[in-house]
Amino acid sequence: MSVLMYLIPIALFLGLIGLCAFIWTLKSGQYDDLDGAAHRILIDDDENPSDS
Amino acid sequence: MEQLAVSDPFRVRGQLDAANVETGYQNLVKKNDDGALSLNVIVSGVHCAACIQKIEGTLKAQDDIESVRLNFSSGQLAITWKGNEDRANDFAALVEGLGYGVKPFDPSTYDTAQKKEERFLLLCLGVAGFALGNIMLLSVGVWSTSAETMGGATRDFLHWISAIIALPTIVFSGRPFFRSALKALSKAQTNMDVPISLAILLASGMSLFEVINHGEHVFFDSAVMLTFFLLVGRFLDFKARQSARSSANDLLKSVQGFATVIEGGKTSRVLIKDLQEGMIVAVPAGETIPADGEIIEGRSTIDTSLITGETLPQDVEKNAYVHAGTLNLSAPLKVQVAKAADDTLLADIVKLMDQAGQSQAAYVQIADKAARLYTPVVHVMAIAAFCGWFFLAGMAWQDALLIAVTVLIITCPCALGLAVPVVQVLSIARLMKKGIFVKSGDALERLSSIDTAVFDKTGTLTYGELRIVGPHNPQSLQVAASLAAASSHPVSRGLVNSFAGELLQVDDIREIEGCGLSGVINDQPVKLGSRAWCGDEKAPASDHIEIWFETDSANKTRFLLTDVVREDAAQTVEKFDKAGVGSMLLSGDQKQIVDAVADKVGIEKRMAQYDPAQKFREIQALQNDGHKVLMVGDGLNDAPVLSQADVSIAPGTAIDLAQQSADIVFLGDKLSSVYEAYALSQTSQKLVLQNFALAVIYNLVAVPLAVAGMVTPLVAALAMSGSSLLVIANSFRIKFFT
Repeated sequence: MSVLMYLIPIALFLGLIGLCAFIWTLKSGQYDDLDGAAHRILIDDDENPSDS
Repeated sequence: MEQLAVSDPFRVRGQLDAANVETGYQNLVKKNDDGALSLNVIVSGVHCAACIQKIEGTLKAQDDIESVRLNFSSGQLAITWKGNEDRANDFAALVEGLGYGVKPFDPSTYDTAQKKEERFLLLCLGVAGFALGNIMLLSVGVWSTSAETMGGATRDFLHWISAIIALPTIVFSGRPFFRSALKALSKAQTNMDVPISLAILLASGMSLFEVINHGEHVFFDSAVMLTFFLLVGRFLDFKARQSARSSANDLLKSVQGFATVIEGGKTSRVLIKDLQEGMIVAVPAGETIPADGEIIEGRSTIDTSLITGETLPQDVEKNAYVHAGTLNLSAPLKVQVAKAADDTLLADIVKLMDQAGQSQAAYVQIADKAARLYTPVVHVMAIAAFCGWFFLAGMAWQDALLIAVTVLIITCPCALGLAVPVVQVLSIARLMKKGIFVKSGDALERLSSIDTAVFDKTGTLTYGELRIVGPHNPQSLQVAASLAAASSHPVSRGLVNSFAGELLQVDDIREIEGCGLSGVINDQPVKLGSRAWCGDEKAPASDHIEIWFETDSANKTRFLLTDVVREDAAQTVEKFDKAGVGSMLLSGDQKQIVDAVADKVGIEKRMAQYDPAQKFREIQALQNDGHKVLMVGDGLNDAPVLSQADVSIAPGTAIDLAQQSADIVFLGDKLSSVYEAYALSQTSQKLVLQNFALAVIYNLVAVPLAVAGMVTPLVAALAMSGSSLLVIANSFRIKFFT
């Protein structure tokens, strides 16, 4: 069972990374305009598609 | 009705062009710390991705722009740039030029408390979700084996890690419940959050005690799961009521704009809220009069329908007193401001609305009603379980307490917390697809219990614009409509709206104040106007509004116009009647006009020539008699009544103030939307009650088990998530109702 000593901290650490990412998205206002985000995905901001 | 006027294409084409260009935005520019300038405005008319792109793209193409961000949900446009403050006007004009409405907006007055609250709830939810996932991972390990195979040390280790994750999470994510429970307790009241907080705290405290004593059962997973599910419910609930009725502060903001002030021969643009008594304001034709005042120069007609509900415009001249919010139709006016913006008729209406807002706070939501019944029962049961096991069965106090805590956990209303918000969010989404926008979740609850529907006339039962009635010559209509297109007078607009064809070229158009219009079509002079000016004095009078059209003195024709009743108005009233909801008509218009409309749609009870305060009192009287009142209206005069009524609906053509004070706004021409919203509210209320019934049945099964001491952490976790899923599944049945 000593493997748990490594696995549980690793699992918790990975989870924490996810939590930090969530907090970052929240603080940077990414949930402020959800309807807008749904529409913005349709905006084609690739101005010169032929370049790629 | 104001919006109708603004969207009228003929306004832009005619002589009123200059009136629409707003300047004065430089007053709103803020300087940031890094020297950049920023401007916040509200943009209206944004409804798709292309709109966002058009507005942001056009502004970004300007060289000095640093950043542009349009918030689609709130319509806020934030622009930052470097350089000249006066560029603000250019930017506003650019957006306006794209065909969107721009209104000045001061972000410092904007209520950010809601935004903060939303972020706070999301943060709590995120942390609880993280903790729940990790604790479950550990708990499954404990459940899937026994202490003998796993070994007591390993189990204790897993329990300790659960405790380390759970305890800070409870303290952090439980705050929304703890706060609200403390608030209720400090007022010696109780609400749903009291048993919730107690269950969460007792479960964690008891589990910590168990962990320290190497106990077998810990309930950290249950405590965190409870927090997580209840936060989901709380967040949905918050979403459902987020755009609930705006504060009076927001309402005054809707009249924020600029006025042209004349001072010592010079004109300047001033924010309407900064207008002072005695200032002289120039009001071009087609603009709204910004403040109450006396006319000191000019003669014109004004459209007072927003204030009084009267369809016909009024003639005004020097020394006449005009109200803020009325629309100047035909000629420029100079108005001396009598009362500052805080003291206008509009401000009086806002005061009435404040009064209405306070009386509304007394409404108790069904979820709170349930909590009041439920809380004492649960607590008595938990105490009884403890006493029973401890005193009667002679159990150790720790074990007896553990059983009492499981009773609290198992009865804790996960399902109850979700019962209302899930249904509300789904119903609101469903209505939105039909073009009916519900602004607060409990509006549906209130709508489902009405027994009286009160309608306004102009713009609600009727289309709010004049149309031709009776026989007429199509050819003269074509010529008359071509001439009428030059004017923004309601009667002229009625002629144009009634004519579906090509308009002719008209030269030398003149508007003769108080008389009508003259012009030349195909070298033929024509006149359109009042009976006295170009009509036949001997013609019999008519019930309808008349306008005369003259090509030469021997050839005079009359068009009769009326405000046409909406096609499905009678049908809607009938449907309400069948559902046991009585209808009533409340209008500021003349008695015979009101009678004609009421007869047509089949409403018996009708009141004519009511001013806003009278309307307000009429609704109050109805409510005092124990009626639950739905108000449907669109004008400024309806705004206080819309707030006072138990629930209110406004058409999408209503003025901003009415739309803001209404709980529900419907788009399109169909009055039957009002009935549709009512029908769906009944269905959703039925589902809410079913959800409560499900929660009660679940408790009837689970509570005896808990009291008997047969509930292990595994059973608690299964029961809680099971009942929550059942309630959510039942709520989704609203999809099957049309």
